[in-house]
Parts: sequence; structure tokens; C-alpha cells
Amino acid sequence: MVEFIQKPWPWYVAGTLIGLTVPALLLIGNKHFGISSSLRHICAACVPGNISFFKYDWRKEAWNLFFVAGILLGGVVATQLLSNPDPIVIAPETVKALEALNIQVDHNLMPSSIFNVENLLSLKGLVFFVVGGFLVGFGTRYAGGCTSGHAIMGLSTLQWPSLIATCCFMAGGFAMVHFVFPWIMSIIA
Amino acid sequence: MKNIEINTSVQPSHPIECEAPNDQIKKESLVTSNLKYLVLGILFGIVFVKAEIISWYRIQEMFRLHSFHMYGVIGTAVVVGMISVWLIKKFKIKTVQNETVVFHEKKFHWGNIIGALIFGLGWALTGACPGPLFAQIGSGFIVVVVTLLSAIGGTWVYGLLRDKLPH
Repeated sequence: MVEFIQKPWPWYVAGTLIGLTVPALLLIGNKHFGISSSLRHICAACVPGNISFFKYDWRKEAWNLFFVAGILLGGVVATQLLSNPDPIVIAPETVKALEALNIQVDHNLMPSSIFNVENLLSLKGLVFFVVGGFLVGFGTRYAGGCTSGHAIMGLSTLQWPSLIATCCFMAGGFAMVHFVFPWIMSIIA
Repeated sequence: MKNIEINTSVQPSHPIECEAPNDQIKKESLVTSNLKYLVLGILFGIVFVKAEIISWYRIQEMFRLHSFHMYGVIGTAVVVGMISVWLIKKFKIKTVQNETVVFHEKKFHWGNIIGALIFGLGWALTGACPGPLFAQIGSGFIVVVVTLLSAIGGTWVYGLLRDKLPH
């Protein structure tokens, strides 16, 4: 049992549990699954400015902030108590492709050559953290949701705008990895 | 869009165009009522880490079509979500507060394309959508706090420019 928990969980276990979040939220309190809203509630709570988009009673939506705080704590629990002692297994083709771009492949969940505090004030840090984060925050809000709100909740409720958004999420990701990313790495490497 | 804005001036408590609104009628206290979402979040975060969904490498594999893992996770989640929603509608299952489950119809706007493409670019770069950002921080990648702050900044800038962007 312990061994099963420590090993990386297969896709069908994770997918089922994530899918069950949809009815769980609906049935324990009429809440819709969608995580990017939390970023907006943080804006509304901390820096609403004079922007109408952030003028609402964020306390009524605070469940979303508790949910993301839980995700952070879940990350702590999983990493401290249930973590996999073996190195992460990455597809050999991906390893080859990343090494060709001068990215060191290590055995953590994230490449420490990039996601490292020392990179914070470098061009690498600017691109991966500041630009990357901005694109995520701006893009999800403009799209009206993220992977959870559109791809999972939206598709579960058969909404065609969510299908379009999900296809565009994927298109953006493919464009980054295959066209923009090699160019970025050639500049910052 | 004009209509929506007029509505909010009458009813400022509900955020406009929120994909994850709170539709519960029964009043909730700020902390005690919300603790159950903290617990659910913890379970969810554990799944994120244990299935390595928060891994930057898994996102690279997905967009290089070198692994089925992420497609399997998202695909299964969608199917399970669809069946659950169908069952809730079919059997008119009520919430634990005995309220009718509310569903919202999404209306298409250009952000569903432009915004989604922008998010896709960021997703591949950071290796994270908003949920995994929090789990990455919890897993000890402290520098992701900067990514999260920048994402909050991006959301704020969207709010600022919203009226000028095509919708």
C-alpha cells in the first residue's frame, strides 16, 4: 500500500480523482470547478484599484482561495510524506530534445537549472517566471478560464466555447514548444 | 457586454463573467464554511504531485507528443466529469444544503481564442496552469512564487484593459 502511494500514480487514477472534483464541488456547496478565478479574487481582495472587473464581494467567493491554499498544502504533504524515492522517468525523446536545447535534465519534478532562485535576476528568470506567469494570468482571465474551468468543467457541461478554448490552449502550447521555445533558448543559453 | 455591466451595478456582489461562481444560496461564514474546500484542495494537490502533473517535464512531453500521460489524465477527468454532471442532471441530485445544482451556459467571445492561445504559450513555458502553480510552490520550488505573482499581475492587467480588448 505504502509502495503504491509512493510510486507515481497512473493517469487513470489521477484523471478519475480530478474528474470527481467536479461533482464534489457541485454537491458540497454549488461551486463550479475553476482555479484561475482565485487569481482574480486575490486582485479583488488586495489590489482592486478602481477597476470595475475587481469590484465584487470577494468574500463570497473565498471558497476558491481556501481551495488553492489547500492545493499548496497538498503539495507540501505529497512531497514531504508521500514522495517517490525514485528519480522521475522522462520520455527518452523528450530528454534528447531538451538536451539539444542545452537544458539539463535532472531527476526532480522541475529542472533545477531553470527553476532556481539564483536565476531570478537573470534573463532566464525573466522569461520563465515573469513573462511565463504573466501569460498564464492574462491569458486565462481573457479566455475566461483555465484547464480546470474550460477543459474539465466546461467540457463536462458540454459547452462549445470551452471546446474552442481547450483547442487553443493546446495550440498555444504546441506553438511555444516547437517554434518559440527553441528561439528563446538560443538567446538565453 | 453593456448589459452585463448594468447588471453588476445593480448587484455588485457577484463577479461578472466568473467561470467558477459560488451559487450556494445558504449563507456561509468566511472561515468555518470554507474549511471543507481547504481539505478538498489538499487532496487535489496531493493528486497533482503524485501523478506528476505539476512537472515541467510532463508538460514538455505532452506538447512534444512523447507521452500519453497528460492526455490520459485530462481525458479521464473530462469523461468522469461528464458522467457526473449527466447523473446530477438526470436524477436531479441536490447539494448537501438541499439546493438545486446550478449550471451556467458559457457564451463565446474572442477571448476564448486569443486569451486561450496566450495562456497556452505561458502553460508550455512555466509548465503549469494556475492550479499546479500552487502545488509547485508547496513542493518546494519557492521561486514559483514569482511566477504566481506575475500571473496575478497578468490577471490585474487584463482587468485594467478589459474594455479595450476584443471580446
